[in-house]
Amino acid sequence: MNILVCVKQVPDTNEIKIDPVKNTLIRAGVPSIVNPFDGYALEAAARIKDKDPDTKIIVMSMGPEQAKAALKECVAIAADKAYLVSGRKFGGSDTLATSYIIANAAKMIEEKEGIKFDLLFFGKQAIDGDTAQVGPEVGEHLGLPQVTYVLEASVEDGKLIARKEVEGGIEVISCATPCVATFTKPSFDPRFPTIKRKLAANKAVIPVISDEELVLDETMIGLKGSPTRVKSTNVAQKKSGGVKIAAETAEESAAALYAALTEAKVL
Amino acid sequence: MEALTKDLLVFVETNEDGTAKNVGIELLTPGREIATKQGGELAAVVIGYNCQAAVDTVNAYGADKIYVVDSEEYAHYTTDAYKKALIAVIEKYGPTSMMLGATNNGRDLAPRVSCYLKTGLTADCTGVDLDEATGKVAWTRPTFGGNLMATILCPDTYPQMGTVRPGVFKKSEPVAPHAEIIKEDIHVAAEEIRTSLLEVIKEEGGETVDLEGADVIVAGGRGVGGPEGFETIKLLADAMGGVVGCSRAAVDAGWISHAHQVGQTGKTVGPKIYVACGISGAIQHVAGMSGSDCIIAINKDADAPIFDVADYGVVGNLFDVIPALVKEMQ
Repeated sequence: MNILVCVKQVPDTNEIKIDPVKNTLIRAGVPSIVNPFDGYALEAAARIKDKDPDTKIIVMSMGPEQAKAALKECVAIAADKAYLVSGRKFGGSDTLATSYIIANAAKMIEEKEGIKFDLLFFGKQAIDGDTAQVGPEVGEHLGLPQVTYVLEASVEDGKLIARKEVEGGIEVISCATPCVATFTKPSFDPRFPTIKRKLAANKAVIPVISDEELVLDETMIGLKGSPTRVKSTNVAQKKSGGVKIAAETAEESAAALYAALTEAKVL
Repeated sequence: MEALTKDLLVFVETNEDGTAKNVGIELLTPGREIATKQGGELAAVVIGYNCQAAVDTVNAYGADKIYVVDSEEYAHYTTDAYKKALIAVIEKYGPTSMMLGATNNGRDLAPRVSCYLKTGLTADCTGVDLDEATGKVAWTRPTFGGNLMATILCPDTYPQMGTVRPGVFKKSEPVAPHAEIIKEDIHVAAEEIRTSLLEVIKEEGGETVDLEGADVIVAGGRGVGGPEGFETIKLLADAMGGVVGCSRAAVDAGWISHAHQVGQTGKTVGPKIYVACGISGAIQHVAGMSGSDCIIAINKDADAPIFDVADYGVVGNLFDVIPALVKEMQ
């Protein structure tokens, strides 16, 4: 099996603070991390490789030069090789343009490596944009089937067997390969890199696929290739706090809450 | 593609028993408003198998036109079959704008369709309106973990598409059914469907957690202290006729399964009543429940940020307050 894992370097949204005066996001000093859902996708690929050591795992990220740090982390954890897709012309892309670039970059990596990808793994969404669109859209550009919201995956008889999270339970889905799968948080923690792998990853050379090498229809990439436009952004309005009850005893508090809820016809 | 009408199209997802999923009916409310402002009609597309019940509900909630794709291959959701049917309807009728519920299936399907049509899609919206300056739909959604609200336009391509969070909009009052019902004969050959369902595993203990459809959710967080603490949460949930939810901290600690998780990495919910017990109120959790009609917080820490979003807050130990509250209710 050849697996492409697509990852994004994101700001750790847990660490984002709001400037109380200017009411804007404070981005300075916010650490960059591998999007956690992409980490689950990488873990899923690593588990397939655990069973079948002939599996090749390649990670790819589209982003600025700094994203190499995220790729090195993935190489330290489980990937055999990493590619960075980077270029000014790719900037300003929305999900449609981004997925078009990634789909074409995936084809270019196949050529460079002389392989065909059987599986293209993504996190279900990135924690900065939260769109959950890039994975399925890459699938659409490449005409591949997909399974989304996958918790665990294995390969049997050349098919992907995925445990997919649905409302009220789990579905086990069999999907023809090559295919796209997007991953959500499983019940287990992803593995950590070993010291040995970490040292090796630090020395890894990460080839860059630039916009000069990956020449694409300019009406399909960047702002021109993006059908959506951000009209405005605002810091999310916080709801002002309501009634706060802090009586002497729990019984009194409960009684006061019950009375307030009944009066407001909530109950 | 070009828009052929000024209509707004709502995708109504069906349950396996042929009824409509709530979110599809909810979307008829903002759908009507946008359709009117666009100068078009409110159209709905119902895809499923033996789904007359869903069609009747959509009709009762005021759609002007209902495109019905009712055939065996749609009995269970598959990306391939639903994509083909939905694209066929969109290409035939050319709506100006289109909404889908931001359910797992809605978010699986919408990007395949928008990408095929080379049009814009805005994910997981919590607000929709018509932008006065451009006459386009203004899709508003939380981003950066709920820290930022972004408003997105799709100025040049059609249909302008968005997925909208369940529970954000309320069903309108039923009206006298008046829809023109148009049956669409769209079929998908078995070999065109590249996935197959091998097994359905219900939530452990035969229990299913329908957080998105629940009217009442009682959720526990770090303050619950352990798996046995969730028995107290369940006590209140049972007393209120609700279901049990939780924060990420409780899942990470291994006290309860991820199926119960509310928040950015869990489910987004909009019940009538949300009771947060021992949940501090991290923005990632709040992003998943702030659409609730009434939020009640029970927390020992009087400074917990959950109190900032709560309509009613009780400062106290949940293990004391919950039993007392249950007693009051009885």
